[in-house]
Amino acid sequence: MPAPPCTSCHAARAALRRPRSGQALCGACFCTAFEAEVLHTVLTGRLLPPGAVVAVGASGGKDSTVLAHVLRELVPRLGISLQLVAVDEGIGGYRDAALAAVRRQAARWELPLTVVAYEDLFGGWTMDAVARSTAGSGRSRSCCTFCGVLRRRALEEGARRVGATHIVTGHNADDMAETVLMNFLRGDAGRLARGGGLGSPGEGGALPRCRPLQFASQKEVVLYAHFRRLDYFSEECVYAPEAFRGHARDLLKRLEAARPSAVLDLVHSAERLALAASARPPRPGSCSRCGALASRALCQACALLDGLNRGRPRLAIGKGRRGLDEEATPGTPRDPAQTPTPKAVPTF
Amino acid sequence: MPSAVSGQSLDSKTLLLKTAVGEGGGQLQWLRMLPTVWGPGGSVISGLCCRDCFKAFYIHKFRAMLGKNRLIFPGEKVLLAWSGGPSSSSMVRQVLEGLSQDSAKRLRFVPGVIFIDEGAACGRSPEERAKTLAEVKPILQAIGFPWHVVALEEVFSLPPSVLRCSSQEPAAPDGAYKAAVDNFLQQQHVLGAGGGPGLAHGEEPLPQPRAQSAWDLQSLVRPPAAAQTEALSHLFCSVRTLTAKEELLQTLRVHLILHVARAHGYSKVMTGDSCTRLAIKLMTNLALGRGAFLAWDTGFSDERHGDVVVVRPMREHTLKEVAFYNRLFSVPSVFTPAVDTKAPEKASIHRLMEAFILRLQIQFPSTVSTVYRTSEKLAKAPRDGPAAGTCGPRCLLCMCTLDVDTADSATAFGVQTASHLSQIQSPTPLTETGTPQGLCCSPGGASRREDPQACIAEQLCYGCRVNMKDLPSLEPLPPYILAEAQLRTQRAWVLAELRDCLIEDSEDEVGQS
Repeated sequence: MPAPPCTSCHAARAALRRPRSGQALCGACFCTAFEAEVLHTVLTGRLLPPGAVVAVGASGGKDSTVLAHVLRELVPRLGISLQLVAVDEGIGGYRDAALAAVRRQAARWELPLTVVAYEDLFGGWTMDAVARSTAGSGRSRSCCTFCGVLRRRALEEGARRVGATHIVTGHNADDMAETVLMNFLRGDAGRLARGGGLGSPGEGGALPRCRPLQFASQKEVVLYAHFRRLDYFSEECVYAPEAFRGHARDLLKRLEAARPSAVLDLVHSAERLALAASARPPRPGSCSRCGALASRALCQACALLDGLNRGRPRLAIGKGRRGLDEEATPGTPRDPAQTPTPKAVPTF
Repeated sequence: MPSAVSGQSLDSKTLLLKTAVGEGGGQLQWLRMLPTVWGPGGSVISGLCCRDCFKAFYIHKFRAMLGKNRLIFPGEKVLLAWSGGPSSSSMVRQVLEGLSQDSAKRLRFVPGVIFIDEGAACGRSPEERAKTLAEVKPILQAIGFPWHVVALEEVFSLPPSVLRCSSQEPAAPDGAYKAAVDNFLQQQHVLGAGGGPGLAHGEEPLPQPRAQSAWDLQSLVRPPAAAQTEALSHLFCSVRTLTAKEELLQTLRVHLILHVARAHGYSKVMTGDSCTRLAIKLMTNLALGRGAFLAWDTGFSDERHGDVVVVRPMREHTLKEVAFYNRLFSVPSVFTPAVDTKAPEKASIHRLMEAFILRLQIQFPSTVSTVYRTSEKLAKAPRDGPAAGTCGPRCLLCMCTLDVDTADSATAFGVQTASHLSQIQSPTPLTETGTPQGLCCSPGGASRREDPQACIAEQLCYGCRVNMKDLPSLEPLPPYILAEAQLRTQRAWVLAELRDCLIEDSEDEVGQS
């Protein structure tokens, strides 16, 4: 059965059906539509004003590759300038290959690239070292908790180094949907209250962050990368199987099979969640150690690093964070047996 | 493995662990292994618990839930929605026991029971339905409260007023509850001194419940009209997905219970949703796009209908506890197949979520309780906006304030791109599909050019809209829904016409419901 003609230009043969609407389009029209939608998101949300220096968090994966490519196409329309910032978490066998992909992209697109490494920023702690430190005791290693927090700090640092005014990341609609599911399953009322919007406006000295691909579904991102023949790194992180997000991702796949609009419905729900005033996070202040945005005395990055340095990596994870107000004594011998006593509630 | 959630009976071996206790005179004692039991104050009691303590905890939770919320005033008429399943059966038993205790701790409201026969929606034959009713009848009679057995077909004779939210009574001030209870106790004291033992209960005199039961008995004997059964099964067969079917069934059920409650003067309805059920419901509603209404859908009280408040007293009891209790204390229940019985896991969002949560619960045993605790933190107000009130139009079906508003919010855009296809296909341009508050129908009922489906979609919240997409044609819907939809459309058109002349001093329109 021959392919139907494209419903947009009526000239070429349709090459795909858009996952959400089932509309048949040819490759070129789809890419144009995709770029138009991203532009619409940026313009209606007033995310990137003209003259902004935008730091793109580039990981070499499909989302950030597509994001960088689309923004590059839209640069004349938006009047912004782009900088690529890549973060090296120090995950052997994974991050090095991804960084190679980023370097190739930067060369091809002629965009300046800055690489920030955990090793330099966080006192020698790479993700592999963190994983070794948190291993044992039969519970999950919570690598993703560390990596996520530290990466945001690293991205902020990298953006500052290049003089950026905004940070953009490639989170897509599926990521947002997974996040809201995950937050409910783990009871993270603080994140639920904060999330669902279009990014953060940048309070307390932190750079404003946004996600232009927020309403594009993952399938469309992959389709776009396919039709534009973009070169990206597509393997999964070594620590990904341990992540809780895997459950949410699995659920989302099934939900999408049962109802194709499930992702959009979840994003809609997330936007409209209303939490009681007592559950919302307090107004953020600044960290006493590094001055970054923090809702407690210490920002989460400093708290996590503190725990790592003291040989008690789970110190800042989960409920009942003890010992954060103890002064850190550098040079204390690390005692791996000194993990805090497990409470009745399993920590996530 | 038989699953408790479908209401099938549990294998006794999985429940009880019997050991002989040597000391204490060689008595045999039952020791229960209870995975998560919450004691008073929300503390987790895991491990061993004897039968009496378990019963005490169970009853305490029920009472504490009612007591701390102070919503049910003494002498109030409360309708117990009994589906025949384990949770609602347990709830009915709790109420029964609570009413029969000594006067200090007795529950003080006047209950009635309603059972809805949904056989037509599930495609059951009249013989099967009669068999279920034959099982239901003795249980209802044994309970002793006034009962109502209503067939779902009755939705075809509901009036459109069901969909109108009656004016909400202002929330009673804090002291009112205590004052009401003291008043009630005084009255009882007086009655008890003067009247006989039959009236000491403070309930209605005994003959009345009997007469009511006789009336219901007659309606029980008379089966619903075949035409209505046909219409109902046609409606449910025309729905394309199981998800939409379940949602539609739930909506119709709520409307029916609401109508019966209003007709017989009940001001509260109690449903037996357990903790597990509510956690699953919360996640399901998230996935259905009802994130704005989670507090109403899963909270203790749901007062969106105005005069009738839906209350969920079983919301802290996990399904496992309910199952244990029912088994230990022989609570009768009736298994009735639902629309999703024996459906495969992928068939609907509800099934998927149920399977997911139960599976996750095995790996992370605090999943259900975590979701439940998070649901307690939800507030009944729009996210950034004025406090919940009667502002804004309400959804036609679920009666929540419409949550599809600004045209440049995220999903409005997504909806627009999705409906591009229908715009391209339909010859007449659908003007404001993306901006919901606009009008879409031109005047007059006869010359309606636009799609009636779009007209109804305008009046629905996001979640109900997505469900409506799975309904190819609106005709099989019960007449009260269509009538109310038409009324609202015409009213909106009239208001738009008169907008220039009307003097408005606030956003709340005079005629909007």
